[in-house]
Amino acid sequence: MTSVLSVSGLRKSYAGREVVGGVSFTLAPGECYGLLGPNGAGKTTTLRCCLGLTAPDAGVIKLLGEPVPARAREARMKVGVVPQFDNLDPDFSVAENLRVFGRYFGIGDAETRGRIPDLLEFAGLAGKEAARLATLSGGMKRRLTLARALVNDPDLLLLDEPTTGLDPQARHLIWERLKRLLQQGKTILLTTHFMDEAERLCNRLAILDAGCIVAEGAPRDLIAAHIEPQVVEVYGEDAATWARGEGQSLARRIEVSGETAFCYVDVEEVAPLLKHLALRPALRTLHRPANLEDVFLKLTGRELRD
Amino acid sequence: MHELYSLPRFSWRAIAVWRRNFLVWRKLAIPSVLGNLADPMIYLFGLGYGLGGLLPQVGGVSYIVFLASGTVCASTMNAASFEALYSGFSRMHVQKTWEAILNAPVALDDVLAGEWLWAASKATLSGLAIMLVITGLGFISSPLALWAIPVVFLTGLAFAALGLIVTALAPSYDFFMYYFTLFLTPMVLLCGVFFPVEQLPAALQSVAGQLPLAHAVRLVRPLLLGEWPSHAAMHLAALLIAALAAYWLALLLTRRRLLK
Repeated sequence: MTSVLSVSGLRKSYAGREVVGGVSFTLAPGECYGLLGPNGAGKTTTLRCCLGLTAPDAGVIKLLGEPVPARAREARMKVGVVPQFDNLDPDFSVAENLRVFGRYFGIGDAETRGRIPDLLEFAGLAGKEAARLATLSGGMKRRLTLARALVNDPDLLLLDEPTTGLDPQARHLIWERLKRLLQQGKTILLTTHFMDEAERLCNRLAILDAGCIVAEGAPRDLIAAHIEPQVVEVYGEDAATWARGEGQSLARRIEVSGETAFCYVDVEEVAPLLKHLALRPALRTLHRPANLEDVFLKLTGRELRD
Repeated sequence: MHELYSLPRFSWRAIAVWRRNFLVWRKLAIPSVLGNLADPMIYLFGLGYGLGGLLPQVGGVSYIVFLASGTVCASTMNAASFEALYSGFSRMHVQKTWEAILNAPVALDDVLAGEWLWAASKATLSGLAIMLVITGLGFISSPLALWAIPVVFLTGLAFAALGLIVTALAPSYDFFMYYFTLFLTPMVLLCGVFFPVEQLPAALQSVAGQLPLAHAVRLVRPLLLGEWPSHAAMHLAALLIAALAAYWLALLLTRRRLLK
């Protein structure tokens, strides 16, 4: 099986600071691959390198069979990009945004015009051809950006934090559309720092920290491999004290963040722990299965990254 | 690294960028043309009749006729500069229009070439609009004046390219004030727009003669008056070299800014 995108040994420094430090990954046709990482982990720089918008210091990139950056422009013929920040044309209507963008691919106006109703239908913007950009909500603009990325019927979509800043309704709609694109056989590379987004959409993902991949795999496998299966969250003023004292013998691993203690435990340890906590009404508890966010925080730490 | 310093590459994709800007302009064409005409016309009539009434002939013609040809050049320069500076910066930095285009199979060289040609085109329209008005007023009668149109386009290319250099270096819109007050305004005063360069002290005359606007004025004024310019090839070459050299520098600086 040929890969849609392969990156190996990618390195990139800015002013002596290494932003990407030897990243390698491969996208198989039809899969959704996620790049997860805290701010500044090197996600956007990796995408820029993949598109040939900046030359890497080292590494080999092949995008849709073309070497990048040498033949990046040819490769981009069949790539659609949803950037992190909307850069739609505010002077144009919805339809003009699509038509003008099609021209950058050498697509004639007549052909784009024919495709616009389908693209807008897909983006949940049917009938909005003549709408001015200023009249669209944030979610609508995001969906128009997605429609714009599809104007050239791409094989690969690069999405840089596609749902950042959207309300839950808008996020769910974008997810549903991305799933539809995957069903149509498109390949997706997604960066995000929303773990639920990655867990829902990605077949495989890589967790990036300080420019390096610290873990890679299917979301479920990553949870199984890196973390205890069950989590009991303990809240309250005394949670930290409890965690340092009695808690130690009840959970295999405890992380404390402010007034919350996260107890990571095996299935058989849950019942005794909850029984113990039931006798301490000052501490509130929440029991849940471990998720990707737990893996992410374990691997990248809890300190702020800005 | 060497990629950042290679010679400019041109492809037909620059046309798509030009067309994008043209489509925006078309939506606002009438106010844009009127706006571009109003300012030079106020100067032309105000100074041409007001000041001109006090003057004998200037350069062999009435002052307003002398000033009219200078105004064509100065307006072309202003229109090219405004487009390359404010509009260019807004598309590059504020609206991130270039960023969107670069995700398509369009290279930065194409984007900048499209912007360059567009700013020169818009400047030509501006120069042309003034030529039409002064033709209507009877200041232009020779068909030789048609040769001024390509000269105006070349002038637009030179100032668009110079403007793109400044845009590539600009941290914000405020930066452009320096370029206007330190470069463009002195140029208008030194290059024979309002009075013959020969009025300047000898030392200043030799400096003024090197400036791109001076070459434009030396070409456009005789053409509009129905005469072949003297040293036409030299003035054309100077404008062309200024345009190409400035464009290359603008491209190097823009690549350094955006493709790092």
